[in-house]
Amino acid sequence: MQKTIVARTGNEAVAEAMRQINPDVCAAYPITPATEIMQIFSTFVADGLVKTNLITAESEHSAMSACVGSAASGARTMTATAAQGLALMHEILYIASGLRLPIVMADVNRALSGPINIHCDHSDTMAERDSGWIQIFSENSQEAYDNLIQAVRIAEHKDVLLPAMVTTDGFIISHGMERLEMYPDEEIQKFIGEYKPAYNLLNVENPITVGSLVLTDYYMEHKRAQHEAMKNSVKVIKDIGKEFGKIFGKEYDMIEKYKIDDADYILICLGSTAGTTKVAVEELRQEGMKVGLVKIRVFRPFPAEDIVNAIKNAKSVAILDRSESLSTQAGPVATEVKAALYDAAINIPIKPYIYGLGGREIYVEQIKNVFKSIKDLKKTEPVSYLGVKE
Amino acid sequence: MLKNMKEIRWHGRGGQGAKTAALLLGEAAINAGKYVQAFPEYGPERMGAPVAAYDRIADEEISIHSPIINPDAVVVLDETLIDAVDVTKGLSEQTGVLIINTPFSKEEIQKKLTWRGKIIVLDASKIALETIGKPIPNTPMMGALVAATGIMDINHLIDDTKHKLEKKFRTKPEVIEGNLQAIKRAYEEVKKQ
Repeated sequence: MQKTIVARTGNEAVAEAMRQINPDVCAAYPITPATEIMQIFSTFVADGLVKTNLITAESEHSAMSACVGSAASGARTMTATAAQGLALMHEILYIASGLRLPIVMADVNRALSGPINIHCDHSDTMAERDSGWIQIFSENSQEAYDNLIQAVRIAEHKDVLLPAMVTTDGFIISHGMERLEMYPDEEIQKFIGEYKPAYNLLNVENPITVGSLVLTDYYMEHKRAQHEAMKNSVKVIKDIGKEFGKIFGKEYDMIEKYKIDDADYILICLGSTAGTTKVAVEELRQEGMKVGLVKIRVFRPFPAEDIVNAIKNAKSVAILDRSESLSTQAGPVATEVKAALYDAAINIPIKPYIYGLGGREIYVEQIKNVFKSIKDLKKTEPVSYLGVKE
Repeated sequence: MLKNMKEIRWHGRGGQGAKTAALLLGEAAINAGKYVQAFPEYGPERMGAPVAAYDRIADEEISIHSPIINPDAVVVLDETLIDAVDVTKGLSEQTGVLIINTPFSKEEIQKKLTWRGKIIVLDASKIALETIGKPIPNTPMMGALVAATGIMDINHLIDDTKHKLEKKFRTKPEVIEGNLQAIKRAYEEVKKQ
C-alpha cells in the first residue's frame, strides 16, 4: 500500500484522520490544546473535502448533546475536546454510553483546573473512566491517527455499540510535529466501512423511542448490558488491532509489551511517557539491568488479564500515574493494576508513583531512577511523588 | 539515546519565527527521510517576549518525549537575548555549537558569555533585509545551522523550503526567491568562517 510520509503535529494527525473518516456530523466547541483539531477540520469542511455537517455549539455540554442527537439519528458522529471541555460534557457522556451511541471523540489530555493549567496530565480522561466510554491512549501522533481510525470500527461494532475516546498528551503530542505515515483515503474508507445502525430515530418505517424513563424496573439491566458490551469490546479491539496491522503494517493490542520476556523489573505507564520509558529501558539494559515496559493502550475496558500475564514473572513493578485520585492510596492506574493482581492471587511488590501533573516534565534519568528504586523492593509501598518540589 | 540524533534549541523573540524555523527545518528533515520531532516551548506568548523552540533529528524512530536539556546546537535569532536568557544552558563546551544572529564579531559576543565553546556569528537580519526586504532572521539562520552542523544537505533544505513557500506565497514570488537567497547566503557565509 502506498503510504505518504508527512510532517504533522498530533492535532494535525487527528484532524487528518477525521478528514479520512469523513463523519456525517461533527459537533464541537474549541478548547486549548484541542482547538486546532476543529480549526483544521473546519477548513476541510469549508473546502468541501468532507461531507460532514459541522455544528459549532456554544459549549461542550451542547456539543456533546448535539452528538447524542446526531448519533441517535444514525449519523456517524465525532467531536474533539480537552480538560474542562470534557468535564463540562460529563453529564452527557453517560447519556451517550447509556444510549449505546458509538460517538468517537479525540480528547487532548490536559490538567483539570484548579489551579488553572493548560498542560498535559491525564486527570481529564481519568475523571471519565466510569462514564462507559472506551478509552484508548496514544504514545505519539502516529498512534493517535491509527487509534482514531480503529475507534470508529470498535465503537460501531454490533457486539460493542459504545462511544470511544482516543487521547493524546496535550502539547507533548498535540503540538509536537513528528513523522506521520498516512494511508490512502480510500483504504481508510474501506477499513471503516459504511455505518449502518440497527436502529435510528429518523427511520419512520420502524419508529423507536430514545431516552425514555427507566426506573427500578430496567435501569439495572441497561447497566448490565453496558458491562457485557465493555467485556465484548476486548475481543473486538484485539481483532480490529490485528486486522489493522495486516492492512496498514502496525498491529495494536490492549497493551504493548516492550522487552518484558526476561525482565526482572517492569514499569507500567501510558501515553507519551511510554516512549520516553523505552529509551530508559534501552539504557538500563546496556548497564545490565533487566527491565521492561508495559504500556496500557486501552484503559477502558481495563486489560486486567493481559497486564497480569505480562508482569506476573517480574520481581517488582513500578506504576506511573499522570493523575491524582486524591484517595491517598494511589493513582487510578496503580489502583486497578493492584486489584487485578489481587484477583489473580499474585503478590508482586508494587511501587506506585504520581508524576507529570500539569505538564511537569519527565526525563529518561528520572525513569531510570524509578527502575532503580524497585530493584530491592521487598513489599508494596505507598504512593510516591516523582519530580515534585517538596 | 539514539546514535546520530541531533538536538537543536532555537531562541527568539515572539514574532521572529523561532517556532516556524523549527517546524520548517523539521519538515525538511522528514522529507529527507529522517525521523523528527519539532516543538515549541509553550508559555505566555507575546510579540517580543523570549520564546524557545526545539528540533530532534535522527535516522531512526524517536520515542523520547521529554524536553531537550542538552542540545547539540543552539540558534539565537536575537542577540539581545544573551542578556535575558541563559542561551548556552546545557550546551557542551566541547561538542556544542552556538549560532548567533548579530552584527557584532565573535570576540565581542564571547565577552558577554562565560561559556567557552564554538561560536558562530552571522548578521542574518541584514541578510534578510537585503534578500527578503524584511529583517526576519529565521530562514537565513536555518542555512547557518545546516552549514554549522551538516544535519542535512543544504540543497535539500533549499528545495524543501521553496516547495513550501510556493504554496504559502503563491501571489508573492519575490518572497520565495528572497528566502531562498537568504538561506544560501547565510550558508555560504558560515562555511567561509
